[in-house]
Amino acid sequence: MDLAWVNLKHWLVGLAPAAAQPWFASLITVAALIGAFASLFAVTTLLERKGLGRMQNRYGPNRVGPFGLLQPIADGVKSLTKEDIVPRSADAVVHFLAPMVLVVPVFLALAVLPVGRNMAAVDLDAGVLFFFAVGAATELAVFMAGWSSRNKYSMLGAMRALAQMISYELPLILSAVTVIMAVGSLSTTEIVRAQSGYWGILPQWHVLTPWGFAGFILFMIAAAAESNRSPFDLPEGESEIIAGYYIEYSGFKFALFFLGEYIGMFAISGLGITLFLGGWTAPLSFLTWIPSWIWFFGKLLALICVFIWVRGTLPRLRMDQLMNFAWKFMLPLALINIVITGLWRFMPPGLMRWAVCAVLVVGPYVLLGQGLFRGNKFGPRTYRFADS
Amino acid sequence: MSAGFYVIAILIVGSAVAAMSLRNLVHCALSLAVTFAGLALAYLQLQAQFVGFAQVLVYVGAVAILIVFAILLTRGGDSEKEAILSPGWVWGLGIAALVFVVAGGAVVSSKLLPTVQRATPAATVKQIGDQLMTQYILPLEVIGLLLTAALIGAVIIAMRETEGGQ
Repeated sequence: MDLAWVNLKHWLVGLAPAAAQPWFASLITVAALIGAFASLFAVTTLLERKGLGRMQNRYGPNRVGPFGLLQPIADGVKSLTKEDIVPRSADAVVHFLAPMVLVVPVFLALAVLPVGRNMAAVDLDAGVLFFFAVGAATELAVFMAGWSSRNKYSMLGAMRALAQMISYELPLILSAVTVIMAVGSLSTTEIVRAQSGYWGILPQWHVLTPWGFAGFILFMIAAAAESNRSPFDLPEGESEIIAGYYIEYSGFKFALFFLGEYIGMFAISGLGITLFLGGWTAPLSFLTWIPSWIWFFGKLLALICVFIWVRGTLPRLRMDQLMNFAWKFMLPLALINIVITGLWRFMPPGLMRWAVCAVLVVGPYVLLGQGLFRGNKFGPRTYRFADS
Repeated sequence: MSAGFYVIAILIVGSAVAAMSLRNLVHCALSLAVTFAGLALAYLQLQAQFVGFAQVLVYVGAVAILIVFAILLTRGGDSEKEAILSPGWVWGLGIAALVFVVAGGAVVSSKLLPTVQRATPAATVKQIGDQLMTQYILPLEVIGLLLTAALIGAVIIAMRETEGGQ
């Protein structure tokens, strides 16, 4: 059962003529990966609309099919049949290319995620580096979309998105560096293998160490910012700049942007699971009989639910709050976390190591938090221009 | 030289020419990004995984974005009215080709080049990291210090002067 999909693939590849087998094998892998994550996208859109609806005291979609379960199909048909509008003054070529430049790298990033035992599409020696390199290409796509639309709102959205993505890329990569230091490898399968042991019944996941816990929290905050999720959805900002960089996109191109954003969220959550939450390993030692891919996708769904929950809970940040948070709070903590990881690596195992590292994690967090809040005076909001 | 190499070479040279000759500055920057990506592909084709991915991360992810920012903040991406390629460039191209032929001939006929192909060492990312952290630690630190100094300098130049003068 654990290797069901791998065996299915081997059986299917065996049916092909010998000369075509390598091509056929990669084709099956790619098709399975795209199919699995695209259907997860459909499930997530429904889950998000339902979940947000419940948090806001309404039902959410409930017209199409039983309990509105067929809503994603209706959405898909709608976006396929909508008219594709390109503004007259838009830069046609760049406007056309931007959604593809966004979606292709995002799907490429999925290739290095081990979604189960022996289930990484490609096992690269520099897997984590590949992931971040591919993710960097999406920034260019966002700029292309914003600039080519010749709309000041889309341009503003693109500039906001670029500033945000560049700022949060630093804490994202620095918090991932801790795991790379601890494991001593950039390969994603190697990182999962390093976490596959158990202390008693508890797993040896990185999140269960002081530096890993801090790193995981930093990583997920930066991941939310990288994938433009609320509370970091300033680039979209419906109430300020309408929809940001994809304001001038309609029909299927808009759906591609939507798809790219969600797949990007899955990919970066998948990397978070791989780095900190033990990838496909079971959370308790007596649960290893459940297939590995169920664990991976279960953890992924859990993280998605956390994202939806956060979106339903927190208000959007202001631009200066966003930048201050990234540069004055997350970046120093991520740097300190790297030092703590080195300390953890070289101290003898025991309670002492736990105590020292935990103090070093909590101390800077408390001090930085207090230091940053000291200058701020909180009071009733004042308006400079809209005062009557 | 495989077919893949020629495809990548055409991509790199074509996009580089486009980056020089297109009228719209943003289009030039985007074709330059294609050139960077093509170089990364060339590195990957030579089995240099680390260099290839670092190329994408640094050049496509950071340098191209920086160029785009610079264009937008200074000129607003306005289109040039006249063509950038003027007739005078033909002379320049001819002379450049001549220089290339002479220099290339000198390099190919020189005796300093090792004629025997050595087996390429399979450098893994781990080996590169080990080398950077042991043998080449001093250059790495110096570069880091230099970049930090540049960063601080840029911040100081960009900082708004509130006290004193303006």
